[in-house]
Formats: sequence, C-alpha cells, structure tokens
Amino acid sequence: MADYDLNRRRDLEFISSLVKEGDRVLDIGCGNGLFLRHLMVDRKADVQGLEIDTGSIAECIANGVPVVQSEFDDKLEFADDDSFDLVVLSHTLQEMRNPEQILEHILRVGKRAAVSVINFGHWNCRLQLLFKGKMPRNTRLPYQWYNTPNIHLGTLHDFRDLCRTLNVNIVSETPIAARFPRLTALWPNWFAVGCVFVIEKSKTK
Amino acid sequence: MAGELNAERTNAILVTHALSGDAHVCGWHSESDAKPGWWDEMIGPGKYIDTNKYCVICSNVIGGCSGTTGPRSIDPDTGKPYNLTFPVVTVRDMVRAQKKLIDHLGIEKLLAVVGGSMGGMQVLQWSVDYPDSACAIVPIATASHFSPQNIAFDWVAREAIKADPEWKAGEYEDDAGPTRGLGAARMLAHITYLSEQSMSRKFGRTLQNKQSLDFDFNFDFAVESYLEYQGRRFCERFDANSYCYITRATDYFDVAADTGGDIVEAFKKVKADFLVVSFSSDWLFSTAQSRYFVNALLKNKVKTSFCEVKSDYGHDAFLLEVDTLGRMVRDFLYHTYEVRNGRL
Repeated sequence: MADYDLNRRRDLEFISSLVKEGDRVLDIGCGNGLFLRHLMVDRKADVQGLEIDTGSIAECIANGVPVVQSEFDDKLEFADDDSFDLVVLSHTLQEMRNPEQILEHILRVGKRAAVSVINFGHWNCRLQLLFKGKMPRNTRLPYQWYNTPNIHLGTLHDFRDLCRTLNVNIVSETPIAARFPRLTALWPNWFAVGCVFVIEKSKTK
Repeated sequence: MAGELNAERTNAILVTHALSGDAHVCGWHSESDAKPGWWDEMIGPGKYIDTNKYCVICSNVIGGCSGTTGPRSIDPDTGKPYNLTFPVVTVRDMVRAQKKLIDHLGIEKLLAVVGGSMGGMQVLQWSVDYPDSACAIVPIATASHFSPQNIAFDWVAREAIKADPEWKAGEYEDDAGPTRGLGAARMLAHITYLSEQSMSRKFGRTLQNKQSLDFDFNFDFAVESYLEYQGRRFCERFDANSYCYITRATDYFDVAADTGGDIVEAFKKVKADFLVVSFSSDWLFSTAQSRYFVNALLKNKVKTSFCEVKSDYGHDAFLLEVDTLGRMVRDFLYHTYEVRNGRL
C-alpha cells in the first residue's frame, strides 16, 4: 500500500475506484505525485504526471512517479488521441486560464476524464457573500481575491452548463460531502464541497 | 571506474562526458592532480551518485585526446599520428565503443546511462541503439539533434583552428600546434556556455587591472582577459585535431537520422525510463530542444520525467546546479534500482 491517505481526499478515493489494472492514467497538476504512486502501486496503473512547479516535480521523482514539467493550459501535444484511459484533473481546473480548452484537450487524449471541482455554490460560500458581502474564503480556498491562483471558480451548475455548451457527456457525478451526507445527496449544489464529474466526448455531434 | 560492481552486475552506471571532458569523472587519480574529476561534486562516496552503492564507469570518447584512440594516436601502418587520415567519427561510434567496453566488463544491462551536453547526446543514442542495455537514461542540458545554430558555432570554431598557420592541415608537431586558433575556438565556445546574466554578474564592464580605457586593441575588460585565460588553459590540455573531430561528430548528431528526421519513430524501440533535465538560461541547448524530444518519448509511452531547472548560469548550469540536479538524479536512480531489484 502506498503511503497515501485517501480518507482525507474522498474525491481521489472515488477516482481511484475508476482505475483498472493496466490503465494508462494522466494526472494534470499531479502535485507531489502520491496519488499517482497509489494508482501505480495499488491499482497497477501505468501513470504519467504533469506539473508546473519545480519543487513538486522533485517530490514526484522522489516518489518514483514519472512527471513532466508543463505549463498550465498545455495543449497536450505529446499525447495521441485516446492514448490515455483516464485523465485526472483534480482541483486544478479553477487555476487554468482556459478551462474550456483544457476540457477539450483532455477529452482528445483521454477516453474519459475525471474532473474534481470545488463547489463555489456551497452554502458557506453563499452565506459569506450574502452576509459579509465579501468573497468567500475557507480551508479549501484560503486565498484573498487579489492573490488567489483560483481564477475560474464555479458551482456544480456552472460545470454542467459548460459541459452542455461544449457538447461533453457527463457519465457520472459524485458529490463530495464534508458534513450532511443526506442533504448533499439531495441538494449537491448547496451542500457538496466538491464533485467528481466523469466526462467523455459526446457520441452525438 | 569508481565503486564496486556487485556480484549480479546490476549496479553499473555509465557516465558519458561532454566535449572537453574525459574519463576522469570523480575523485583524485594522483597526488599531482590539480583538480578532482569533472563531476566530483555529483559522484563519489555518499554523493548524489553514490559510489558506495553504484559502480560508475566513464571512458574517453573515441576521437578524443585523453585516452581512447583519436587523430593524434599513432597509426600502426605509418608509425606517425593519424591526424587527418583518422576517419570522421560520430556520436554513434562513441556509443559503439562504450558498448564494447560494457560487454568486455561482462555487464549485460546498465542501471543507467547519464550525461550532459554532448554526453546527453550519447545517452540518447544509447537509448535507441541498445534499447535492452540500460534501465534508465538521463540526458541533461542536451538536444536530440544539433541545431543550425549549434553547427554554426562549431564551424566558426574549426575555421579559427584551420586559419592558424601552425595548424598545417593537422600535421603539426606535438610541442607546436595551432594554439591561437584552438584558443579562439575555445573562447567562442566558452561564451556559449554562459548566459548574459551570468556574464553581467561575473564581469560587468569591469576593466582588467586598469583605471581607464586604453583605446587600443589589447585587454581592457575583465571578460576579455578571462576568455583569453580560458583559451590558453584549454590549449594545455586539449588537442586541436581532436577538437575538429569531436565537434564534427556533434554536428552530425541526429538521433532521428535513421528515421528521416521522424523523432517519434526514432524512439519506437526505446525501453528505458527517462529523466530529462534542462536549464532555464541555457540557450545553447534550450528547454525547447529538450521538450521536443520529451514529447516524442511521451508519444511512445515511455515513462518520462522532465524538469527545467531555474538557473541563470547558462549551459554551464549542468555542472554548477549540482544540488538541484543531483537530488533529482539520486532519487530517480534510487527508484530505478528498487524496481530493478523487484521492489516497487
């Protein structure tokens, strides 16, 4: 068992369950590579990471995970169409300059993609905006509006709208609850802290 | 060779040297050595490439002037140096000679082949010519082919040597030789190893041992004096004909030559895992040149790691950024060795 605590990242626990032995997985913004190491060791996947930060790349190498330095908004020209079984985008989309383009790129190179998004429609965010009149901050989003790398935050509704606009097929939605699991299941856009969308290219053009 | 080859012969690392390097890669060979080996900060007991654990092998390239046969070696047919009758060699020839050495040592598969600059070209050639002979390939500050700019610098360097009347079409005596030409070639090359920032920091517009400009054509600036010194020093240890042969070998280098320039096709047979490192201010072998072959490796689904290290040392960074580079190389080798020993 790789040294990785999936309990702290329920979204990754779910994404891990999607991976079969021998699958080729690309993780965009793979951080220290521990999640990919888990997929490599425990799920016997063939993994490749992309990361922008040199310190994180050094950590990936120390964790035995292949990682390539990449700018955000990489066009993924190094990968042929459908050459990955799964592309993982975990808490990364909100930092991208062009989320719509990256979704198109990952669905070009991946048969499927698992996109774990942060939900800005969570009740706590809404209340902060409503009562404090200020941009929401919490443990997942600890930045001020002026120094945040998270330049494209949205809600679960927003993500669904984007998929519709891009003609992308949502295979499944797995809302991630912090508390109130029942309420989260009923009203994810109010109660989920995030959500994993599994998406694929639409078969109808 | 540094470090012990283990009984299974699974811990051997071949280090390939750059244009002006040699087999003396680490440690002190004799008490009269002025300096330790050229990569001593990287390689040795307890260092990033730990010779307590690995057996490091480094040999002189063919065509060079520090050991392996080159243009100044004696032609047994004539009893005189080959000089220009020595055949033009290629990076592939250098690698072929190294493979013979590895075979001779009874090593079936190297743990890794590691090299920077021209050494990096040799490791790329290893990966395609002998795909079953190395578990890991580490090209540093290099390119998969020589660019027109690279070729152009070599051309000017050789022209400087050829224009020196002491060159005599390569037929100079051991104690003579085209030192002006070779010195100029080295000065030119040395500029390409630095960056604008590193030169500004090191020299600025400082004058050399004087308070004012002389308004003549002798040294005024510190940078001029430095280059002159580097050129002179180089002539003491390097042979002009070898310089011509080795630079020609690099001009001809294109790992995709056999596949009509198709770099993706060239890497089809690659089996080793890769760690590729470039340096941000290296304009001789830029990050774009590394990324070019990294993309081709990824297209072939080769397990590849690639990092551009931030540095303002220019191409020389591969010898100077030892800590950043060393940690990555150490960790990468560690995992390669673990996987080889069946421990993931």
